[in-house]
Amino acid sequence: MSLTLYLPLDAAALALGADEVAAALQAEARARGLDLVLKRTGTRGMVWLEPLLEIEEDGVRMGFGPLGPADVPALFDGAFEDHPKALGPVEQIPFFARQTRLAFARCGIVEPLDLDAYRAHGGMKGLERAMTMTPEEIVAEITASGLRGRGGAGFPTGIKWQTVLEAEGARKAVVCNADEGDSGTFADRMLIEGDPFCLIEGMAICARAVGADRGYVYMRSEYPQAIAMLDASLRVAREAGILGDHFDIEDRVGAGSYVCGEETALLNSMEGKRGIVRPKPPLPAHKGFMGRPTVVNNLITLASVPAILSEGAEHYRSFGLGRSLGTVPLQIAGNVRYGGLFEAAFGMTIGELVEGVCGGTASGRPVKAVQIGGPLGAYFPRSLFDTPLGYEECDAAGGLIGHAGLVVFDDTVEMGAMARFAMEFCAVESCGTCTPCRIGAVRGMETIDRILAGDPAAPAILADLCETMRAGSLCALGGFTPYPVESALRHFPEDFGGAREAAE
Amino acid sequence: MTTDIIARCRVIAAAHAHLDGPLLPVLHAVQESFGHVPVVAYPALAEELGLSAAEIHGVVSFYPDFRTEPGGRRVLRVCRAEACQAMGAAALGEDLKARLGVEWHGTTEDGAVTLEPAYCLGLCACAPAALVDDRPVGRVTADRLERLAREGSA
Ligand SMILES: Cc1cc2nc3c(=O)[nH]c(=O)nc-3n(C[C@H](O)[C@H](O)[C@H](O)COP(=O)(O)O)c2cc1C
Ligand code: FES
Repeated sequence: MSLTLYLPLDAAALALGADEVAAALQAEARARGLDLVLKRTGTRGMVWLEPLLEIEEDGVRMGFGPLGPADVPALFDGAFEDHPKALGPVEQIPFFARQTRLAFARCGIVEPLDLDAYRAHGGMKGLERAMTMTPEEIVAEITASGLRGRGGAGFPTGIKWQTVLEAEGARKAVVCNADEGDSGTFADRMLIEGDPFCLIEGMAICARAVGADRGYVYMRSEYPQAIAMLDASLRVAREAGILGDHFDIEDRVGAGSYVCGEETALLNSMEGKRGIVRPKPPLPAHKGFMGRPTVVNNLITLASVPAILSEGAEHYRSFGLGRSLGTVPLQIAGNVRYGGLFEAAFGMTIGELVEGVCGGTASGRPVKAVQIGGPLGAYFPRSLFDTPLGYEECDAAGGLIGHAGLVVFDDTVEMGAMARFAMEFCAVESCGTCTPCRIGAVRGMETIDRILAGDPAAPAILADLCETMRAGSLCALGGFTPYPVESALRHFPEDFGGAREAAE
Repeated sequence: MTTDIIARCRVIAAAHAHLDGPLLPVLHAVQESFGHVPVVAYPALAEELGLSAAEIHGVVSFYPDFRTEPGGRRVLRVCRAEACQAMGAAALGEDLKARLGVEWHGTTEDGAVTLEPAYCLGLCACAPAALVDDRPVGRVTADRLERLAREGSA
């Protein structure tokens, strides 16, 4: 008799021992004379349950997790029903049941390289529809959907595509920004490892819309599993004729530099140059990769496109809040009890997500702060937990949603140290082109040290320095580093209290 | 042997020369072959790619991933970024440095392990995290990491 099981091969699942569980399953099946078909899928995104094994019963996936090799024999003994780690139907786990999965509709369900499964679960419908539309119609559909860039800045995707569509150029390019450098984010990685055809489909639609003959995926070298999966999926897509002479995609791998996630630094890096920021104009939409008109979009932006085309712009924009329309894959990480990826309509509050859905901290201590939007994002105190997760809403609360990563800290965190780290990170990663970022970050570290040592003159210097970095930096690396620094100071002054304590 | 290194680098460069912007793919492939990017090969790489040796140097020195000297038999990339800090990455890093007797970017005296800082590995929901060569590990302790790093590289 053959037995079919599903187990993730996502890097987070591997990091928690999925391959060891796979080996134990194979060994146990062999010992019992069972013919095991072990399908390796992406992850559902419930990282605290990984490795999460699934079996299908009457069309419903039942889950077991988090598993270790020692749990395996009892799975077979209990005929994959009774088990101390049994979770019941996976899609009824509250963390999953509360989501709206559009970009991640297939992630964790299908084998990532199974093109038939991709189609059977709704894949390629968007591209097929796009092939019946004119470029102008596709762009209009994206514009109508309200889709905005998920890489951080929230720029309307339809307008960007329109600009490239209208730009003069013998050749045009689509660049997927999968540099995903923000701490607390892993949506790009999870999508590539779990459903790479979704990205390929999104890029193919974009290429048709703007008239591009080449696509590039710029991946970070810190993601070896995702790079391998992308390459394999490109080969499958070529064999199937989805990619080919009309439009093909190449992968490019970065080399450990955070600033290369900035779109112009990224283009320099792709061209084989130092990853330094280019002044704008010209916009990449006019002069991008090799001087060609280029769409640079975040991976999640592009992966949101197939569902918009297949379900229609109206469906997409029926989700969300204000000017933040559609869904966003929120990533909750750090010191959190139930961490992972939660795709939902914009608009849930920080508190509802962090305390309600994610159960507060892993340590069981009170949540003290949540940093949203990566190393250049602000720290939110509990008093701002009623802020809805949307572009304008986070901005109004003094922060940014960025690539939608939320990093949770318990009450043992020292915000002075976190503020200093923000400056240190900026100093380490600065491309060196502009002085406010390159020098300012180093001075920032020194000034925070002085504040922490009790120097009463230092806070004013830091405020001045932050203003210079904000106003004078060439890109958001220097320009946004004041977000974490000043939010930490503003909301947690007691953590910078050296000055007062020393005086008392 | 130097002439052999140079010859092999030429082959690698030529194999990528058709790409638009071939330099990073070439440098990755060279580092994959030799464990580092040999400075002696700069002129040959430059010639194959139509660049100057100074440009090659400028690019190699910009990117943290590229090394011009051999590293350890295993490379340990340990995340120092915020989500991992929320789960004790700062102490983990200090502990590892002490155990291995190196600073960040350093290689142990026996050449077994190079310790590199990383700023997020996308494993932030199972922090603290590291990569042992390309193998991801989550909720890691210094003890376990040291063991994994020295496994089969001693
Ligand atoms: C320092 C810095 C790092 C960035 N890193 C990324 C990144 O890793 N991924 C990303 O998509 N955008 C990143 N961005 C934003 C990009 O410059 C650009 O806005 C984005 O790729 C556009 O795509 P979107 O409109 O789909 O968001 C970064 C920006 C800055 C200033
Ligand atoms: S912050 Fe450490 S893996 Fe993301």
